[in-house]
Amino acid sequence: MKILVCIKQVPDMESRFKIDPSGTWYATTDLAWRMNEYDEYAVEQAVQLKEKLGGAPELMVVSIGPDRVKEAMKKALAMGCDKGVHICDPQSWEKGPFEVASFLAEYAQQERFDLILTGMQSQDRGSAQVGVLLAEMLEIPAVTTIVDFSHQDGAVTVRRELEGGLKAVVKVKLPALFTCQLGLNTPRYPTLPNIMKAKKKELITLPIADLLQAEPLAVTERVFPPQKKGGGLVLEGEVGVLAGQLLGILKEKTTVFK
Amino acid sequence: MKALIVGEYRQGRLQAGTYETLAFAQQLGAEAVMFAVGSDAELPRFAGRLYLADAAACGEYNPAVHKALLLEVIARENPDLIVLCHSSYGWDLAPRLALALKAAQVSEVVDVEEGAFVVPACNAKLRRRIRPQSARTVVTLQAGAFGLTGEPAGSPELERIAGSAAGDVEFAGYEAAEKGEVDLTRAEVIVSAGRGVGKPENVDVIAGLARAFGGELGASRPVVDAGWVDHSRQVGTTGQTVAPKLYVACGISGAIQHLAGMKKSGFVVAINKDKDAPIGEVADVLVVADVLQLAPALTAALQG
Repeated sequence: MKILVCIKQVPDMESRFKIDPSGTWYATTDLAWRMNEYDEYAVEQAVQLKEKLGGAPELMVVSIGPDRVKEAMKKALAMGCDKGVHICDPQSWEKGPFEVASFLAEYAQQERFDLILTGMQSQDRGSAQVGVLLAEMLEIPAVTTIVDFSHQDGAVTVRRELEGGLKAVVKVKLPALFTCQLGLNTPRYPTLPNIMKAKKKELITLPIADLLQAEPLAVTERVFPPQKKGGGLVLEGEVGVLAGQLLGILKEKTTVFK
Repeated sequence: MKALIVGEYRQGRLQAGTYETLAFAQQLGAEAVMFAVGSDAELPRFAGRLYLADAAACGEYNPAVHKALLLEVIARENPDLIVLCHSSYGWDLAPRLALALKAAQVSEVVDVEEGAFVVPACNAKLRRRIRPQSARTVVTLQAGAFGLTGEPAGSPELERIAGSAAGDVEFAGYEAAEKGEVDLTRAEVIVSAGRGVGKPENVDVIAGLARAFGGELGASRPVVDAGWVDHSRQVGTTGQTVAPKLYVACGISGAIQHLAGMKKSGFVVAINKDKDAPIGEVADVLVVADVLQLAPALTAALQG
């Protein structure tokens, strides 16, 4: 069995974002980078399956981006992936979901994976498209937004998360692709020995120029902070004072103390 | 301009988001034609053509079949835009259509500006304006971003279409949420804990504040996923939708899925260290502070 996990490196969402001089993305300087949160669940699910199957499956991790994305890949390797393929593209930030999926498909086509796991979306672009597009390009089934996964003899049963707490039970035969929702499992923290071991694992770089270039289907015209709704009061200062201020406001503006 | 809007049925019921796709077409001044895999038992109030496939025959979740049916309708109607909700149904189906049509897909549209589509980025801290370059475009709409002016009315002109049940996945039924420990929809005050509380032990601090208000403890998704708080207390799209008199969001950044579950609250207080957190957008009062310091101070003040 061959398993692929697709991951993306994204900024910490607690960051204060500035607009890039091009006006079409956030400035990538002065940001703390990490593995896209949804992808951590994908990595964990793949590692759990590998462990359940006695370590037999070959587990690959792939990521597209500049050199720094190798940091996120090393985390995936330290969590338990076997090998990494870094598709090196310093301009990946301007690529749309269709282009990203095309690169991944070109790589995955040759490898014939039985199982592909991705996050359901990235935290920065959040299109929720790449996983499904990749599966469609490879002509394998895709099930999105899974919160439960079990594998038995080449068949997988998953639960899709729907709105309002409802779930859909879906059964699929491999090969197939699944996009992972938060809460699917509990992603492990890499241990120090595993971090050391990961340094010796193979991490191949594939220059983007070696892959077919797809034409973009859409362009980003501008990126901007959302307009403040206004009206909301912002309180800052010393905690003791703030507590009193806030209670005063609540007594005046709400009926919860009546 | 012609828009094909994709209606949504679940457990035989038409989903309210369907009217948001209609509102979007209305706002663009587009002629609207509707498609749905659903049932005659509940037809949308819509004065236009509705291509209806029977969900009992095709399955409510059967993306390969829904895609094939939609492609048939698209060939007949030749729409410029295909509009879906950005829901578990819509985001699953939309990319399949986009690829088959070689069309751009724009996900989670919140606004239209100069004929281009505006979507959120980076947990709603940024907005991005996207202009498709393809002949046709597939869009998914953020829940609640578009609303009809006036009540929907009319009866659709029905055009029945038939599809097989054969797909590449087997839908084996729905599972309802487990009945949990609390019904938050009855609470007058909800004090919710988010990731910003840091660790499970600190949830008690927030629960203490909730008790001091005579209210209930709520939580955002990460805190529930981490197992710190029971799922029955989760507020948001996949938890409960609440509208208490007072909602206090403690260390919650304000992901759209959370906001959708609480923005109808009477009065919203957000306590957050990050002044730019999106929760500030819906808060009547944003207190910029460490919740672990402010919550005990508030609790003491309420008890004093």
